[in-house]
Amino acid sequence: MKLTLKIWRQKTHKDKGAFVSYTVDHVDPEMSMLECLDVLNETLTERGEEPVAFEHDCREGICGSCGFMINGVAHGPERATTVCQLTMRHFNDGQELVLEPWRAKAFPAIKDLVVDRRSFDRIIESGGYISVSTGQAPDGNTILVGKETADQAMDAAACIGCGACVAACPNAAAALFTGAKIAHLSILPQGKPERDRRALHMVAQMNAELFGNCTNIGECTGVCPKEIPLEVIATMNRDYLRASWKKREDLEATIPPATEWSANRT
Amino acid sequence: MTLDAKIPSGPIELAWDKARFDMKLVNPANKRKHSLIVVGSGLAGGAAAASLGELGYNVKCFCFQDSPRRAHSIAAQGGINAAKNYPNDGESIYRLFYDTVKGGDFRAREANVYRLAQISVHIIDQCVAQGVPFAREYGGTLTNRSFGGAQVSRTFYARGQTGQQLLLGAYQALERQVRAGTVTMIPRTEMLDLIVIDGQARGIVARNLVTGELSVHIADAVILATGGYGNVYYLSTNAKGSNVTASWRAYKRGALFANPCFTQIHPTCIPVSGDYQSKLTLMSESLRNDGRIWVPKMKGDQRSPDQIPEDERDYYLERRYPSFGNLVPRDVASRNAKAVCDEGRGVGKSGLGVYLDFFDAIARVGEKTIRERYGNLFDMYQRITDEDPYKVPMRIYPAIHYTMGGLWVDYQLQSTIPGLFVLGEANFSDHGANRLGASALMQGLSDGYFVIPYTVGNYLATNKFKKVDASHSEVQSVVAAVQQTTDKLLSIRGKRTVDSFHRELGKIVWDYCGMARTAQGLETAIGKIRALREEFWQNVTVPGSGDDLNQSLEKAGRVADFFELAELMCIDARERNESCGGHFREEYQTPDGEAQRDDERYSYVAAWGYRGPGNTPELTKEPLEFNYVHPSQRSYK
Amino acid sequence: MSATAALPRQNRAVTFWQSTNGKKVVMAVTGAMMFLFVIGHLLGNLQVFEGPEKINAYAHFLHTIGEVLWLVRITLIVAIVLHITATVQLALRSKQARPVGYSRKEAINSSYASRTMYWSGPIVLAFIIFHLLQFTAGYIHPEAQFIEGDVYHNLVSGFQVWWVSAWYIFAITLLGFHLRHGLWSMFQSVGLAHPRHTLALKNAAFLIATLIVLGYISIPISILLGIVK
Ligand SMILES: Cc1cc2nc3c(=O)[nH]c(=O)nc-3n(C[C@H](O)[C@H](O)[C@H](O)COP(=O)(O)OP(=O)(O)OC[C@H]3O[C@@H](n4cnc5c(N)ncnc54)[C@H](O)[C@@H]3O)c2cc1C
Ligand code: HEM
Ligand code: FES
Repeated sequence: MKLTLKIWRQKTHKDKGAFVSYTVDHVDPEMSMLECLDVLNETLTERGEEPVAFEHDCREGICGSCGFMINGVAHGPERATTVCQLTMRHFNDGQELVLEPWRAKAFPAIKDLVVDRRSFDRIIESGGYISVSTGQAPDGNTILVGKETADQAMDAAACIGCGACVAACPNAAAALFTGAKIAHLSILPQGKPERDRRALHMVAQMNAELFGNCTNIGECTGVCPKEIPLEVIATMNRDYLRASWKKREDLEATIPPATEWSANRT
Repeated sequence: MTLDAKIPSGPIELAWDKARFDMKLVNPANKRKHSLIVVGSGLAGGAAAASLGELGYNVKCFCFQDSPRRAHSIAAQGGINAAKNYPNDGESIYRLFYDTVKGGDFRAREANVYRLAQISVHIIDQCVAQGVPFAREYGGTLTNRSFGGAQVSRTFYARGQTGQQLLLGAYQALERQVRAGTVTMIPRTEMLDLIVIDGQARGIVARNLVTGELSVHIADAVILATGGYGNVYYLSTNAKGSNVTASWRAYKRGALFANPCFTQIHPTCIPVSGDYQSKLTLMSESLRNDGRIWVPKMKGDQRSPDQIPEDERDYYLERRYPSFGNLVPRDVASRNAKAVCDEGRGVGKSGLGVYLDFFDAIARVGEKTIRERYGNLFDMYQRITDEDPYKVPMRIYPAIHYTMGGLWVDYQLQSTIPGLFVLGEANFSDHGANRLGASALMQGLSDGYFVIPYTVGNYLATNKFKKVDASHSEVQSVVAAVQQTTDKLLSIRGKRTVDSFHRELGKIVWDYCGMARTAQGLETAIGKIRALREEFWQNVTVPGSGDDLNQSLEKAGRVADFFELAELMCIDARERNESCGGHFREEYQTPDGEAQRDDERYSYVAAWGYRGPGNTPELTKEPLEFNYVHPSQRSYK
Repeated sequence: MSATAALPRQNRAVTFWQSTNGKKVVMAVTGAMMFLFVIGHLLGNLQVFEGPEKINAYAHFLHTIGEVLWLVRITLIVAIVLHITATVQLALRSKQARPVGYSRKEAINSSYASRTMYWSGPIVLAFIIFHLLQFTAGYIHPEAQFIEGDVYHNLVSGFQVWWVSAWYIFAITLLGFHLRHGLWSMFQSVGLAHPRHTLALKNAAFLIATLIVLGYISIPISILLGIVK
């Protein structure tokens, strides 16, 4: 089949971007969206033009590197599927696909379809962990976790951190991402002792990153490649509410968002 | 040169205790003053950086992805082994040790493997404490499944996303240290060279992938945990970015590279569908627990699988290996798949595929149970192939998956360059000529959480470190060399893309140094690789510039290193005149087609040293001694 | 790089209000208060079907408990002010969170009601103001005389004007939309959601919102049709 790809091109975050249309002939229905871009990029490279920059690594839908909007939907039309696993059989011959990067204040542009998602790392850094140093653990079976609890934790823990939730949210909120980590850890007995601190810190960081507010409308779960349930957001809200009610004096300041990339910043 | 593996004397059970006792310790107050570089944030690197940070060292951790959480370890599906014996089925540390040495076809170092088996139990504890949501029984205890090459259930798993969950555990521990200020995480930055001063590894030169800037990082020791080099084959189950660059540059600075030809072909991957194919997708080995592998008995049988009656099917693994059946180790399963396809009995359009059939399992335990066990794998299969594996048997074919070879390290995980430590898949240490399923995650975490924190301390406590900064002449010359390579790649402006070279290189390596090898074929391959490399440096085109995000440039640098590695792999494979594990030399097989080892002549680790461009590398042998598991022909019959 | 700095002590309430999550909790609680009022008000209004005496007596009763009435009124005013302040602040924040918009954006998983909260809310506000001016204060009472104390007369004469009724029905329908999402959303916002209950809650929200709309609009419709005279 033959497709028209209308792709956002932007050389660096300082440059102004614009859409450029390309046609790709000989698209095989079995190839993935990224392989289709590979084919386009080979042609561009042979012509001496810069290929379209897009992020990818595992191409198995698990690393969370890939992702862009296809015709206004994060990761494209298939549910529970990242662009690296989206096969072209879902499109029709002659169709035009508009490819646009994630857009959010907290995801500054880098190049073409690539954006900077370090804000997610900072949310985890602010408290998305259980404080147990190497060597401190008791035998695995001393902590019993019922199967259902383990399954529920796993549902939340499946998040791949791709950013589609933010991209799809009309408010560019990171509630599903933050909620998923808070829920994963607070459902498990191991995570209970730090529950309050974790919720306060992670929510504070999420807000400091200038993500928007959640209006519970559910676009995020709709595009989530791992179908993280919307209820993780409720878990976040509950933990946050609970923790705010109790008095705490040991909170730490939020981490200043870094937007520079220079390696000499350290 | 002789290699000292520094294996502690005395009984193997006490070796690690003894080694730890003999190690010098760093005073807690001084740890902060020691700076360490960890390259890689996968299971090995992430665990190492986190643990070293917890101890109080001043750590810098690098990865080329935008976040440490995306390291390739994230993609591991099936599980992680540990000698917990929770199912009470006869497991023990000794058995895990035994199985691993045997599974590795007697080409691994016993002491390392024993330590790995000992540490395995602590890994599970650590991960559970971190909140890794391992699968559980209704009563709340941890549950296990069995994996290829083992007759006990020792594999812990979190759905089909074990690597993801373990990596997130390590990543979170790492982020905790970033918060605490002990670790500085430097993502989107690729190590391009190693700085060696007065014989000690003292730092790296790295390129910022967003700005193109080269930066110098000096430390008291450098730890590489940069993963495997399976992408030399172009098509592999590895992530697209996986590469050999860090290890390769260390090799060129004097570290020895061990057993490069030991690569693992995984039997259960989704077959290639077209020439645009950019990578291969693994279907976890755990599927072989319930799936039965077969091909039609008749050559060129075009009927759909449900039209082929039971007695016209050949369940060839069950037939040939009655005791292990579908659970034979990977090398055996892969080779047999290739054999039946070579006979013309392969299935699918290309004829390169065999069936993995769940019909009987579904009839036995019900679709619901199968869905619970493998749901996400089945979904993935269906997404890619548009076929429903609950109804139609899966089609699978072997694909390159893991590299047992890597930088040579001693028992302390130190390479031949003092101060350069190598962890995880990047080193050669524990799996011999074939890795058992669910053992790589175990090894990466063992190295990172439980070995390196001790051994690096010993190195720091027993060595002196001169003050070095970026103006040092040696540093300057390394920076200049890196800059020169980058400039060169950008200036060729030829006609062919990097990918087209990579694809062609991959095909050569797959054809001649893949599942089956011959001396003559390897010779041919070396010639072809050299010619293609020559063309690469004349005719490659890398558009764009070196001062912003340039993915073509990243790829070009990696492929340039793969060319050199490919040649070394073929040299190593040609040198080893025996078949063992993943290294199958057609000249050396038993009458019924099994691999024939030659313990008399080849019971050693082949460690190769760089001797300058164009010169044949130097081979140093580390003889292997087997005092506990006595080499025998592996039999899974 | 980011060595941990302790946070200067802050008032819990201030921090809470400053976070988006805190504001949403406030919206949920104030929304719930308004919802209770909407129910109570509906039950009162429905007495119109029982004739003038009944509803006028009810109105009179409300006036005799003046202090309580004012307490309720003040609470509601505070609730509305908080609800709206939070709305405005969060809306501005969402705008900032995506300075460059998409050239194309599809909604694939959200209800129409949920996406239009920022429309339905303000229109309901406009309606409330109009409504108070008409039936409480009597400033706007087109085509008829407003009689202080005769609620029945005011209602009937008010709704006999077709566009007053139309505007009323329109606004109440939007309130219904607002509640269809809001009644479920408020549980999420205060953290009382569980996958097992989500569907039931959403259905209940839909049902209650529908009943409220039907209940309210039954009055102008009955009046227009002449069932209530
Ligand atoms: C599809 C698949 C499934 C698997 N399933 C299993 C399984 O079920 N059980 C099992 O035990 N094993 C499994 N394995 C094997 C196992 O996942 C890997 O061997 C293991 O995760 C390797 O971990 P690592 O830490 O050594 O390297 P990786 O996780 O590959 O990490 C490498 C790191 O190094 C960084 N890096 C690399 N080069 C550079 C550079 N030049 N500069 C800076 N940073 C660099 C990368 O950014 C990355 O952070 C599987 C492998 C694959 C491919
Ligand atoms: C009778 C009047 C009202 C009732 C009963 C009501 C009720 C509610 C409820 C229950 C919610 C859900 C809260 C949550 O998700 O936590 C809500 C949300 C909302 N309300 Fe109201 N509301 C009313 C009036 C208004 C007014 C006057 C405005 C605007 C000026 C408004 C704007 C909003 C908005 C924008 C939301 C969505 C907020 C979000 O989900 O983030 N509402 N309302
Ligand atoms: S490339 Fe890893 S999720 Fe798509």
